[in-house]
Amino acid sequence: MIETSHYLILSGILFAIGIAGILTRRNVLLILLSIELMLNAGNLSFIAFARDLNDLHGQVFAFFIMAVAACEVTVGLAITILLYRLKGNLDIQSIQEMKG
Amino acid sequence: MALNSILFYLFSSLAVVSALAVITVANPAYAVLALLVSMFSLAVLFIQLGAFFIAVVHILVYAGAILVLYLFVIMLIGFQSPKEKTKCPAIRRIFASLIALGLGSQFTLIFISHSHVVTDKKPALAGTIEAVGRILLTDYLLAFEATSILLLVGIIGAVVLARKEAVS
Repeated sequence: MIETSHYLILSGILFAIGIAGILTRRNVLLILLSIELMLNAGNLSFIAFARDLNDLHGQVFAFFIMAVAACEVTVGLAITILLYRLKGNLDIQSIQEMKG
Repeated sequence: MALNSILFYLFSSLAVVSALAVITVANPAYAVLALLVSMFSLAVLFIQLGAFFIAVVHILVYAGAILVLYLFVIMLIGFQSPKEKTKCPAIRRIFASLIALGLGSQFTLIFISHSHVVTDKKPALAGTIEAVGRILLTDYLLAFEATSILLLVGIIGAVVLARKEAVS
């Protein structure tokens, strides 16, 4: 049997990769993809703890996270399309209207 | 080495490599496909952890819905244009990798030092549809209904946002 800490380490690494993606990518679409990666890392640790504590509630939480992720992606992609219509590109640096 | 360990190390390294591909490849379409590989390997790990229902839903929702939605948007906008024209400056990239490395090593150190979080007990946990559904529709009934409202709001929001403005 694999130790729970192995799953948690994998989840931490995936989360860190997601953060690196958010900080380095300039395309809005790819930043959304990195957020998906981080949500999945969270899901993995929820499910790992569900097995560790022998409690199914962790899996139910992973289910809810998935539903929220689906919603977030739908609205996020709609905003992305709006942004593309407005700007003609998806570069995060070109959104500077609120710059003080 | 047991088959379980081989599967774990195979699919966890696959997940990490494809996650790295998501944040490094230039073409967004390839990034989406790399994320797809990552999702499938995570689903294998979920099955290993006894979360059968979650694994199937994970593949259905992510591979079947979310990533297809991404591909639709990429095709709508055009394959070439969303490509990053200017690379992110090197200083920012170094800074970001330092932050991510720090965070990742911190996580690793914490979980290694707390590796008494171990299951010696047999995996009695089986996240079948029946078991998960029973909890979902009793303990979490209110949250479940709130989720359906959330999904409805998400759908309406996406339609309202993305439709073309009517000429007034």
